[in-house]
Amino acid sequence: MQSFTWINAKSIEEVKGALAKHGKKARIFAGGGDLTTLMKERIDTPEFVVNIGDVKDIHYIREEKDGLHIGAMTILADLAEHEAVLGRYTALAEAAGAVASPQLRNMGSIGGNLCQRPRCWYYRGAFHCYKKGGDFCFAVTGDNRYYHSILKGELCYMVHPSDTAVALLALDARITIAGPQKEKTVKAEDFFIGPRQDVLRENILQPAELITEIVVPTPPANTRSTFLKTRIRGSWDFALASVAVRCTAKNGVCQAARLALGGVAPVPLRVERAERALAGKKITRELSQQAAQLATAGARPMTMNRYKVDLTRSLVEKALLAVA
Amino acid sequence: MATTKGDERLRMSRRSFLKGMGVGAATSTALATGLVKPRAGKAAVPPLVEGLSYVPVELKINGRRYALTIEARRTLADVLRTELNLTGTKIGCDRAECGACTVIVDGRAMYGCSLLAVNVQGREIETIEGLAKNGRLHPLQEAFIEYDAYQCGFCTPGQILAGKAFLDKKKSPTLAEVKQALSGNICRCGAYHHIFEAVLAAAKKL
Repeated sequence: MQSFTWINAKSIEEVKGALAKHGKKARIFAGGGDLTTLMKERIDTPEFVVNIGDVKDIHYIREEKDGLHIGAMTILADLAEHEAVLGRYTALAEAAGAVASPQLRNMGSIGGNLCQRPRCWYYRGAFHCYKKGGDFCFAVTGDNRYYHSILKGELCYMVHPSDTAVALLALDARITIAGPQKEKTVKAEDFFIGPRQDVLRENILQPAELITEIVVPTPPANTRSTFLKTRIRGSWDFALASVAVRCTAKNGVCQAARLALGGVAPVPLRVERAERALAGKKITRELSQQAAQLATAGARPMTMNRYKVDLTRSLVEKALLAVA
Repeated sequence: MATTKGDERLRMSRRSFLKGMGVGAATSTALATGLVKPRAGKAAVPPLVEGLSYVPVELKINGRRYALTIEARRTLADVLRTELNLTGTKIGCDRAECGACTVIVDGRAMYGCSLLAVNVQGREIETIEGLAKNGRLHPLQEAFIEYDAYQCGFCTPGQILAGKAFLDKKKSPTLAEVKQALSGNICRCGAYHHIFEAVLAAAKKL
């Protein structure tokens, strides 16, 4: 690990000040799970590391009138076990509980989980790929069986590694960003960006910005949600494919649905075509199969990950039948 | 560079003996075993290389306070082993995947290889060395012996601490819950079956 200066910020103002001063030379340290590994491998070599773990006012889970408010530094294990989250925002609790291992869920924060870097083994290895400023994606001609995309891949064929992001998309969450300008709030689906927009990053955050809060709106009555994930290793791993669905139904008839996929594209992917196919219809096995087909329509699997298309479809089907 | 508050007698361990065999390592051995006691919180050894970021760090491990001056980039697992001679904490993968470095921080199991020592100041850290009390093994340690819950033993401290953090909160767990709680710890010998049995047996005694 390259040496760095440790800045232990105590308030958001201090974090913003440090980020504004050091710009691209600084990184935010939340739980540290991803950043320490990136620094050990020298994939990232910041000169300043700004710790936000001691910033008091970003550790909270509060249920308010408009919904669930989560401080960016909230620990994933707390989110996975929180009664209100389990009850009304089930997909989020399930996604937080499906992240990595118990130890990492005790360390990792929701904000950090959303800002993870790719798990592509060429990015993590000694390959000068697009993500590192190179001009090649080694996964295209190389081994692309696990952490590479079947949808929306271009230039870089990574898949976004965050589980909670997929749940947040399905739950229509908003992300609050602080920085040198006025605080702003964006939809979860607008937070993430694909390689065509900027191949060097996975979200809209500028070097001097950070996530401060996530707000999940109160779901309408008769709404259920769930998150399902498949991984190569049962005990813990990143998703080969995952799906989060939120469905408002009356007497088995779907009134509105939101559906998002993980592990299949460079961004957590909302699939509105499939959502529209569900509205106003009784959710049956046939309908969920149709929605699953629509969710993966236009898939362009790579040389070794064609199986992900079927895997994703079966997850979508299973998730829809679970919440119907 | 490390020192302990309180009266710790110097004991010759296998590790410090081996380290002492190298002449170049003699100074660091003396420092690490407590022969030389720099004042708490002061940079006793100035950085050898310009630009390195040394910081005073105070850690609370197994109820005892340690003051040392280290680089900010050093992980807790590394500091435990090389500065404080608490070598019960193992480093396997050094990338948050295997669990050999598991320690308990404020009651929660975490990977010591991915925590920076500078970032766990003021928190209660428990390592495998802190489990036995008054010469008596912790019930979980006894159960690991009774159920033969290891082969090579390298993952054992991490397995026991993951189990302890879990059993401190959960009474009478099911096998499925034990498996889930220990899912972040890999045993390359494949002693999982015995490990789960040991944790279930210890749960009955706690």
